[in-house]
Amino acid sequence: MIEINKSIDKSVPLLLLLLYLLGNVCLAELRGSGDLGVVIERERGSVLIIETSKRSILARVEKLGDLSHASVVFSRDQRYAYVFGRDGGLSKIDLLQDKLVRRVVQAGNSIGGAISQDGRFIAVANYQPGGVKIFTSDTLELVADIPAVYGDDKRSRVVGLVDAPGRQFVYSLFDAGEIWLLDMRDPSRIEIQKFSDIGRQPYDALLTPDGRYYLAGLFGESGLALLDLWHPEEGVKRILPEYGKDDEKLPVYKMPHMEGWSVTGNLAFVPAVGLHQVLVIDMLQWRLVKSIPVAGQPVFVMARPDGRQIWVNFAFPDNQQVQVIDVEDLSVSRTLQPGKGVLHMEFTPRGEEVWISVRDDNQILVYDTRSFQEMARLPAVSPSGIFFTSRAAKTGL
Amino acid sequence: MWRCLLLLCFATSAAAGKPDPQRQRELRSLLKNDCGACHGLTRKGGLGPPLLPEALAGKSDAELLRTIQEGRPGTAMPPWKPFVDADETLWLIEELLRKQPVSMEHGG
Ligand code: HEC
Repeated sequence: MIEINKSIDKSVPLLLLLLYLLGNVCLAELRGSGDLGVVIERERGSVLIIETSKRSILARVEKLGDLSHASVVFSRDQRYAYVFGRDGGLSKIDLLQDKLVRRVVQAGNSIGGAISQDGRFIAVANYQPGGVKIFTSDTLELVADIPAVYGDDKRSRVVGLVDAPGRQFVYSLFDAGEIWLLDMRDPSRIEIQKFSDIGRQPYDALLTPDGRYYLAGLFGESGLALLDLWHPEEGVKRILPEYGKDDEKLPVYKMPHMEGWSVTGNLAFVPAVGLHQVLVIDMLQWRLVKSIPVAGQPVFVMARPDGRQIWVNFAFPDNQQVQVIDVEDLSVSRTLQPGKGVLHMEFTPRGEEVWISVRDDNQILVYDTRSFQEMARLPAVSPSGIFFTSRAAKTGL
Repeated sequence: MWRCLLLLCFATSAAAGKPDPQRQRELRSLLKNDCGACHGLTRKGGLGPPLLPEALAGKSDAELLRTIQEGRPGTAMPPWKPFVDADETLWLIEELLRKQPVSMEHGG
């Protein structure tokens, strides 16, 4: 016994030396984070950290709660991912050390969030209790709690939260039919501008890539609500009030999303609610250019970063396919069948490839966006959202 | 695809009563994924209200059956009649009232 102890004592310096050497080896593997990303595994409550250069999975980070409908934003140094869970959880993940840094459960039910222009603040949109909460991005400390109160003390669910230039956040109140513009210039004195009567049940919104226009989709009526952030004093305007009036609306089995850069040149591409159509809007005059017939009710309508193609996925029961719209023709040029339950798509930073999550097949498919060839298949457990760190530098994402 | 689903509905409704094990799996998956899109994976609510046993307690089967089959016009709740027949819907309601979603049992 004693002898063994002695030998351990002797080996301590040796062990230290070994650890030191190991540490150096780890340091030798310094890497950047511009080609990293995360994939949500909704049922497992975990995320995969992936890498797009070699199309590989690097790690899994677990215990993140209920991740149905989870979304992600990135710190401006592209090292940290902030994951917004359905159960109100806000988790900060270190992509270089593959670990959960901090997690707060800040509400009962939430829908997504945004990071401020300067990267200092994280805003979360909550359903229950309805409102927005703002946290510091480094320590996740609560900075402000802004209940979405309307009418006689009712609280609305909040949707379509985005960051905007000038350290602002913009979001919509689903139940109240309002848009709120939150000015964080002075974080200790947040100013709120409210726009009411913007239309019934705004369900999601997009910010144009230049950060100028906030466009909210309406579920409760036709048309979209438009706010020009260069001229908020002009108020919210209604555009395309007549769209889909003559078509018979189908029941909606999954709410469409507007997030994603679906803007290319002067054209914005948005999903039509309850119709098998993608709407093309001319952003100079804010009128409908065309409604493109597609294979189902669109959910995500996303522009390839160079704006040449628009990729579309669909709601139940058409969610086994993906269609590609050619921006020059404004018509569908390709139909792909990635598998059952296509939930999300994400382009590599410059768009040569697209990653697609296929929930029921427990797979992520990677396609070349020029040849449409399948480049890789990666295993993931019920994957949903895919988010790459290149989002860090994009306003409104 | 639609025709396929409809055929499936007819096939199972002919047998009446409890759906067969294969169909039960499909219905559970529908409940989790497609109802879950609005009511939450753990049924704690989202755009739609919570569908946990406590939340549904006191509501009659007939009322729930009508809501699921016909939807609620003027709200985001769509009709599921094209995909699940009445017997299957009753089975779904039983599932909703009886069981907590699996992922909750893991402590989420
Ligand atoms: C697109 C969104 C959406 C989907 C998908 C959806 N629901 Fe709903 N559901 C709602 C909304 C919104 C309500 C509340 C309607 C109202 O305000 O009366 C609701 C209400 C209900 C209710 C009544 C609850 C109560 O407390 O009275 C039941 C039961 C229900 N849904 C079951 C289902 C089932 C089962 C499915 C899947 C087969 C499903 N829903 C899919 C949106 C949805």
